[in-house]
Amino acid sequence: MAVIMSEKICKTYNDGGVPVKALKDVDMEIEDGEFTAIVGPSGSGKTTLLNVIGGLDTLTSGKLRVGDKEISEMTPNDLIEFRLNNIGFVFQAYNLIPVLTAIENVEFIMLLQKVSKEERRGRARELLKSVGLEDMINRKPIELSGGQQQRVAVARALASRPRFVLADEPTANLDTASAENLLDIMERMNDEHKMTFIFSTHDQRVVRRARRVITLKDGQVDTDERKGENG
Amino acid sequence: MNMYLRLAWRNIWRNKRRSIISIASVLLAVLIALFMRSMQKGTYARAIDNVVSFYTGYIQIHNPGYWDKKSLNKTFAVQESLIENVSSTEYVTHVTPRLEGYGLISGGERTDVGLVIGINPEVENDMTGLEGKLIEGEYLQQGDMGIMLAKGLSDHLDLGIGDTVVILGQGYHDIMAAGKYEIQGLIEFPIKQLNNTMSYLTLEEAQYLFGAYNRLTSLSIMIEGEDKLDEVMNNLGKKYSEDYEIMSWKEMSPELEQGIEADNASGLIMLFILYMVVGFGILGTILMMTMERTREFGVLIAVGMKRGYLRLITLIESIFLSFVGVVLGTILSVPILAYFRSNPIYFTGELAKSMTEFGYEPILAFTLAPGIFLWQAVVVFIIAFIAALYPLWKITRLDAVDAMRSV
Repeated sequence: MAVIMSEKICKTYNDGGVPVKALKDVDMEIEDGEFTAIVGPSGSGKTTLLNVIGGLDTLTSGKLRVGDKEISEMTPNDLIEFRLNNIGFVFQAYNLIPVLTAIENVEFIMLLQKVSKEERRGRARELLKSVGLEDMINRKPIELSGGQQQRVAVARALASRPRFVLADEPTANLDTASAENLLDIMERMNDEHKMTFIFSTHDQRVVRRARRVITLKDGQVDTDERKGENG
Repeated sequence: MNMYLRLAWRNIWRNKRRSIISIASVLLAVLIALFMRSMQKGTYARAIDNVVSFYTGYIQIHNPGYWDKKSLNKTFAVQESLIENVSSTEYVTHVTPRLEGYGLISGGERTDVGLVIGINPEVENDMTGLEGKLIEGEYLQQGDMGIMLAKGLSDHLDLGIGDTVVILGQGYHDIMAAGKYEIQGLIEFPIKQLNNTMSYLTLEEAQYLFGAYNRLTSLSIMIEGEDKLDEVMNNLGKKYSEDYEIMSWKEMSPELEQGIEADNASGLIMLFILYMVVGFGILGTILMMTMERTREFGVLIAVGMKRGYLRLITLIESIFLSFVGVVLGTILSVPILAYFRSNPIYFTGELAKSMTEFGYEPILAFTLAPGIFLWQAVVVFIIAFIAALYPLWKITRLDAVDAMRSV
């Protein structure tokens, strides 16, 4: 069943008075529980596509349904609420809150969801344990390596129990061992919880693990390859 | 602690130096503003006190029309019941009877115009502390037949203790007033105008000199403080305005009130400039804080934080910084202002001379009136709060994607 469905979506930026078409009539469907990589050269529209799916950016035209919500028709406040309860984000630069500890970073999303303190603390510990950071829960981001920070970011993304995790170049700043470790964790989450993962990436390590690879070129879908289908 | 408060608290201390600079700028603003206002208000209070305590009192009761003419023909008969009733009015602390008249005061070959004031020495001293101004000789006692001269007047006449002065003037019902008195005390006033004109006799001796037996030109009234003036004026007015002229020090010394108003206006302009400088200083710090955290704001909104909560956190941070600055500034100012209140700044040289020429005591006095602290604290806090509106506005307009792209 398609949980993300786009219909001729377009996104045009205004770059100093010059209109730049980042997405051009993109039609796409993503099924529940997929582990999908969106690839393409720089400027092909990967991050823009991820941003519009995540409700961070608005569409210029077209229709986009994520879950049972029509993203293109939601107000900014509705979008914030929608993101909080449906989408987990993993960013290239980790983007943890520097003044909070690892466990507080994970708890913070649940605080926004008004989850009780006991449940927050328990779930955050569990998630940090699952990403292998049970001994570092009280460390601040600056006291963690890049790989460890990204694992906290994954735990944070999963804390709200989202339907989708959108990861923008999650391994770009990581060494091979950290990247493989992170992908193992995300793959396990995908398998165990049937959570839908969508990556925007250049990284071949991610592409190799993805079960579906959508290639964008000049803002349009160039190829859409499901690995099970082609080998 | 609530996570939002914890987040705000840690944000404040994530860059200690910047936070300390912010607090210090608010602290300094409060300190300077308090210093300026305390000095202005203290000096005004001192100027009022000089006029009110040394001479006019806060309120005077006269025969109708006396103040315009200053004529002994506008005196009124002493009524003990009037003095008793006025004394028992709420907030009235002292009532002193006086008979005042101008005359030519001569000694040797010199003559000057002086104000001769008949007083009840004991009551006058209770009210004005006149004896404390005595610099030479003896203070008048009931029944004394001598005169006390202000120092400036005695210097001009080139006379001293034990010398004799002759007073010539116009008395009650235009009779010729003439008397000869031995100088028994010299009094020094800080205000030149008073120091060059005042002379004191006992009330009975003055009544005899002016032929105004059992008559007074004024009842001078002291009250608990300037803030009670309107209420006491109102109460006295209700009782006596039909038969007497009741005037406040503002009506009797309009030049002083106008001088204070003019100086206060220029002081407020200076204060406004100070507030502007401080406001932009705080705004600069807050601008830096906001720019530095734009990316973080974007991330928080992206992950689902409502802008209202984000605004709340940044507001808590700004309010905390301002509050600490205001409280520390106020606390620090107390011992400084207390020191200067006990040790006012005395001007010397040409400046002192010119101030005295204009009738002002050459002194910068300070006050610790609570109202000043409250006002300055509130004003600086409001300025800091206004500066804090910038990040709130920024958050309201923030585009999460653009913000996350920022460095």
